[in-house]
Amino acid sequence: MKELMLGNTAVARGLYEAGCAVISSYPGTPSTEITEEAAKYPELYCEWAPNEKVALEVAHGAAVGGRRAACCMKHVGLNVAADPLFTISYQGVEAGLVLCVADDPGMFSSQNEQDSRHYAIAAKVPMLEPSDSQEALEFTKRAFQLSEEYRTPVIVRLCTRISHSQSIVTWGKRREVPKRPYVKDPERVMMTGNSLKAHYRVEERTRAMTAFSETTDLNRVEMGDTALGIITSSTSYQYVKEVFGNRASVLKLGLSWPMPVEKIKDFAAQVDKLLVIEELEPIIENHCRQIGVEVTGKEKIPMVDELTQGVIAQSLGEAAKPTVRLEDEIPGRPPVMCAGCPHRGVFYTLSKNQCMVYGDIGCYTLGVMPPLNALDLNICMGASCSGLHGFNLAGGAEHEKHSVAVIGDSTFAHSGITGIADIAYNRSNSTVFILDNSITGMTGHQQNPTTGKTLRGEPAGRMDLEMLCRAVGFDRVRVVDPNDLKVLDKTLKEELAAEEPSIIISRRPCVMLKSVKKAPPLTVDLERCNGCGLCMKIGCPALSLREGKAEIDRTQCVGCQVCMQMCHRDALLP
Amino acid sequence: METVNIMIVGVGGQGSLLASKMLGHLLLNAGYDVKVSEVHGMSQRGGSVVTYVRFGDKVYSPIIDKGEADYIVSFELLEAARWLEYLKPGGRIVTNTQRLEPMPVIAGLAKYPENLVEKLADKGVQVDATDCLTLAEEAGSSKAVNMVLMGRLSHFFPEIASEAWQASLEATVPAKVLELNRKAFALGEKG
Repeated sequence: MKELMLGNTAVARGLYEAGCAVISSYPGTPSTEITEEAAKYPELYCEWAPNEKVALEVAHGAAVGGRRAACCMKHVGLNVAADPLFTISYQGVEAGLVLCVADDPGMFSSQNEQDSRHYAIAAKVPMLEPSDSQEALEFTKRAFQLSEEYRTPVIVRLCTRISHSQSIVTWGKRREVPKRPYVKDPERVMMTGNSLKAHYRVEERTRAMTAFSETTDLNRVEMGDTALGIITSSTSYQYVKEVFGNRASVLKLGLSWPMPVEKIKDFAAQVDKLLVIEELEPIIENHCRQIGVEVTGKEKIPMVDELTQGVIAQSLGEAAKPTVRLEDEIPGRPPVMCAGCPHRGVFYTLSKNQCMVYGDIGCYTLGVMPPLNALDLNICMGASCSGLHGFNLAGGAEHEKHSVAVIGDSTFAHSGITGIADIAYNRSNSTVFILDNSITGMTGHQQNPTTGKTLRGEPAGRMDLEMLCRAVGFDRVRVVDPNDLKVLDKTLKEELAAEEPSIIISRRPCVMLKSVKKAPPLTVDLERCNGCGLCMKIGCPALSLREGKAEIDRTQCVGCQVCMQMCHRDALLP
Repeated sequence: METVNIMIVGVGGQGSLLASKMLGHLLLNAGYDVKVSEVHGMSQRGGSVVTYVRFGDKVYSPIIDKGEADYIVSFELLEAARWLEYLKPGGRIVTNTQRLEPMPVIAGLAKYPENLVEKLADKGVQVDATDCLTLAEEAGSSKAVNMVLMGRLSHFFPEIASEAWQASLEATVPAKVLELNRKAFALGEKG
């Protein structure tokens, strides 16, 4: 059957066809749909783990236990999973273990632009890079074969344009893979003697895989004009073909680590000039130089941002294509917190109290946007809690009385718990807001350990945030409704004043959840409204000022009534 | 044939993903090679969103670059203007005339440009401007703007039969809102 398929859906199909049995992942754009699509096949056990480290350990456990397993994440998730990855590489696997990792060149939805190929090199784990959806399916299946043949985890590296592009896919059937028996082997215990032996094995494996890399069809030469040869991989291959067609010869690397040596030298010998076109880091380029092959690379092709056919053509001296422009300044349209978003009240209150706000990763990063301007900084999952403690150590009471951390429920379960443990353990006078909207919002509503539901929406264990915070060592744990501005303001002031660690759980489900009942839109009493603009301070996209009066967009307003609490003239009515 | 490039632009949440899904289905069934590229995640929260649809004998890149689009299908007027430099000289814009003020305009930090349809036409752009929101509401839901736009777009592809558009609409739209969406498409088609 032929179908137009999203890259992520094709990876999921590949997992299914490969007889994968266990998938444990943490959501992250642009990787999320792989696990969601895989969960549509009842034969596959799929779960959301609290974080990527846990997910990889679960998948590895399943692979050691004899079942093909996978684990999907975004590029920064691999940082979290890096600890187990490096040693899993040493220990090896029984049944196949595949990591599907999606990079985000251009940072459409990420805090950095790191290149996951560095991890393949550093952890000595083979990496496959598909360049469209068909390859996404095929390479996922090949990854399992390689994993079992060479007894190594294998990374399938995707990027936003592979994960979130649809192209035509012909799919096949699932092949059931029987469970392998588990046999105890003391060499699996990674301690001095065993680890040394394991490292020798890894080096031997790398030599064997390099030999494989020389001959495999995953690395393919497409001869065209021999005046120019281009080595490329992933989505860059498509841009290269778009720009050059047959005007250049191409070596496309599908196995991007370990890279071949002789194959590259042979290709170089057949062309007059050699160019490497790769997104982000000069990985192929450095390899070529290391093996003594002269290439042109990052001195022409940008290292920052995603590539496009236009970027490549212009980097190599072609003129930009003619286009049309208006003289008008076009106002930006940044993403905004939705109308009725339960985070809005929190950020308004923090902004009003002039707090230093250490943010985290999620929808609530949008609290930085005007007019709320509430966020001061963020780094990575969970950094808000531990970072705030450090900030307060630097400034003492002067900092403690005006600073908070904000972290969502899913991010808290991911990496916030250890941060608040540090706060409680070391008696840091820090105040942490857990923004509990009962879902993983930013990535499109995934369940997590605090929601009481599994990935498939079935009943699950539920982390009790209040009990957990008390158990960690917090005596002050408050729960507030973020849509009640008065209580929110009072609670914040009290907890900032308290001379001990505090947790404020701001609890209200994400308004975009289907299960959340929306109230009718508010109306404006035009007699009472004097256009003072106080209600505009909350930055709600459903509210605007038109001809000196507040106006409510009935298609967006969900009747949360936060704006009503701003109005001094009772001009906004339910 | 040369690859044809269609950009679908709008505001996150307006339903552009469904429109691109329908186009993908249509063009695949018409026997073309097709690629569709979407953006998920952060920008969906009321931000400016763009989807690329490319079709032809063989399509390589999944994205459309500046000066390459044959068509820009726009759910909102300001977005048509924002992505204008992606249009080929002589390309066509099929746009909804609805105005959705972005946060900088709501907050009084920027102005929404006036008379955009006229300004686009003055630049030699072929503009097909329709109040799709009114037509969608007439069909039964403001959410059907995407199908009104698809109806408008169908005008410019006489080589694809009306039945093929209908079949792709049926394949893409949830069954319980099918009638409403058919009506919206027909209103757009009629213009």
